[in-house]
Amino acid sequence: MSVITYRQALRDTLRAEMVRDENVLVMGEEIGVFEGSYKITEGLLKEFGPRRVKDTPIAEEGFVGAAIGAAMLGLRPVVELMTINFSLIAIDQIINHAAKIYGMFGGQTSVPMVIRTPGGGGQQLGATHSQNIELFYSFIPGLKVLAPSTPAEASSMLRAAIRDDDPVLFLENLGLYNTKGEVPEDYAQPENDDVATIGRAAVTREGSDITLIGYSRMAMVATQVAEKLAQEDISVEVVDLRSLRPLDRQTFVDSVKKTGAAVICEDDWLTYGIGAEIAASIQEGAFDYLDAPVRRVAMAEVPMPYAKPLETAALPSVESISTAIKETLSAVGKRVG
Amino acid sequence: MADTTAKPKGAAARSSGTRRRGRKNTSPGLGDEKPEELLDYYRRMLFIRRFEERTAQAYTQARIGGYCHLNLGEEATVVGLLDALRPDDYLFTNYRDHGYAIEKGMDPKKVMAELYGRADGVSKGWGGSMHMYDTATRMLGGYGIVGGQLPLATGAALAISYRGGDEVVVCQMGDGTTNIGAWHESLNIAKLWNLPIVFVVINNFTGMGTTVEMSSAEPELYKRGSAFRIEGVRVDGRDVLAVRDTTAELVERARKEQTPFLLEAWSYRQKGHSVVDPAKYRTEEQWEQARADENDPITLFEAKLAEAGVLTDELREEIAASVKAEVAEAADFAENSPHPDVSTLFDYTYATPVPNESRRMPADPVFAE
Repeated sequence: MSVITYRQALRDTLRAEMVRDENVLVMGEEIGVFEGSYKITEGLLKEFGPRRVKDTPIAEEGFVGAAIGAAMLGLRPVVELMTINFSLIAIDQIINHAAKIYGMFGGQTSVPMVIRTPGGGGQQLGATHSQNIELFYSFIPGLKVLAPSTPAEASSMLRAAIRDDDPVLFLENLGLYNTKGEVPEDYAQPENDDVATIGRAAVTREGSDITLIGYSRMAMVATQVAEKLAQEDISVEVVDLRSLRPLDRQTFVDSVKKTGAAVICEDDWLTYGIGAEIAASIQEGAFDYLDAPVRRVAMAEVPMPYAKPLETAALPSVESISTAIKETLSAVGKRVG
Repeated sequence: MADTTAKPKGAAARSSGTRRRGRKNTSPGLGDEKPEELLDYYRRMLFIRRFEERTAQAYTQARIGGYCHLNLGEEATVVGLLDALRPDDYLFTNYRDHGYAIEKGMDPKKVMAELYGRADGVSKGWGGSMHMYDTATRMLGGYGIVGGQLPLATGAALAISYRGGDEVVVCQMGDGTTNIGAWHESLNIAKLWNLPIVFVVINNFTGMGTTVEMSSAEPELYKRGSAFRIEGVRVDGRDVLAVRDTTAELVERARKEQTPFLLEAWSYRQKGHSVVDPAKYRTEEQWEQARADENDPITLFEAKLAEAGVLTDELREEIAASVKAEVAEAADFAENSPHPDVSTLFDYTYATPVPNESRRMPADPVFAE
């Protein structure tokens, strides 16, 4: 095992997949000469040349659509959208076309492409650059939406996304790029076949008092919460969703059946958010096992402010999630440390 | 004498446009065309006309659902355009796609079955009128969102270029498309990356009910490529030979020079935007124009062929009868094709199957005991 950053895991895995498969090309704004706004594509232009590393104009609908068309002819484009906020410009191509082409043509052609895109608040980027709008894509049958939280997940899930025959939205939270974690020694080898199964959640920490469910950056925060509460003798089981579509309900429902309580933490807005779907699924799958209502900790429902104290207050934190867990447990008379 | 019993041959049986380069067969003359070839064009245009009329009829009988956009009045453009392509060239169209699908070589029976939403339809009943698709003949789809096909077609041309192939992509659209963002983005990218693609605008002067003048600051649509240094050409879409020759030249140049082109073809949409549109927005003058004999590509061609002695009354009746029979055969095929089995409802969501994919029917519990 070696310890690397989330950014490094993405960069090395992307390169390895390009070495492995001639059909893999990368496209996007500033990914070549500039080497990527977040440096995920650093070095790729020098190594693979402009045929396989294509700088695009600032025209998201045009180049995302072009990637879809290229995928229909068997290429495997990996598109970088500089931020998920810009995906809104391309949303017609993603939802009306990438997601539908396999179905509306009766399975005659598929769209084997990946859209990698970072998002999330906490960087003082203001209202239009701090959003987590993965809900839009997670709502759509035909798309696959992945949200890895650790370097090891990022590597095996990116490999899975590139080798998958369907369009995959690959979400990277800005707050994760510099986080570190263990990866297998051969994570960057082109012959590495450690491919994650798309559509599986993971219990990343076992516990007995309550289930805490998160994804992407919030899965990482959830682990911090669990570690903190462990010192107060509260045993938190953490579920990392990893895949928002398909959604692995069974894993978190089984966890809730074991613990009897659940808190969901999410980096998106509360109303209609991912957490609403999780909570509804728990109700449908584990109602009889619940000792308390399911709680959701989500972003404040405001356009994200720029000022640091306001932005910090708008985001879920270790403290706010811990409070929600304690309140849930005390409501049913469980010990709260 | 021409073999008038032959079915529409489909792209595979057609000759390459290359052969015709440089020949002058523009309207109004017929040039040195072989009679069999002229009759074949006539037959193919008539086939689309009768097929579409049958489609409209089936629609009003509620045998066909959804929307239904017809090629009536645009048959010369459809036939001329597709005749200029090689079988291995690719085609993307908008939702007005039945005629194009048939001319690209798709089986009319399966096209009709798709309109009926039956299991033998080209897309197994999943697409309907707006989404004809066939990998084998490289008809890469009719698309329902105005201009949605432009970025896709550009990407297909990118894939050709990436692999060093010599196929060309033809991307058909209506006049209304030239005002959306994807038009500008796609033309820009196509020129920037030197992609072998011909963007074809079917200018029938009306985007649904809005005229070109009302919607386009530059209504001379072929000129709009100039912003991207893309050469634009206008052709009379009523003239099948002119469309064929102009398209052939642009397609071959796109192939050789690896660069995009823009073709604008005029034509007159004889009906409303779709089968259910009575086109009340049209003035009396506009209706006269749309219905005028000189604007009907089939009437026009028929007169020319008759004048040249290529088409006798007897031959015309023979062709009409065989076309009628074949359209009836397509409709019968569609009528008798089974409805898709409901058990296949979840078969086409993902190409790579995944665990935990939702396969719920309405009212099913998420977690069954």
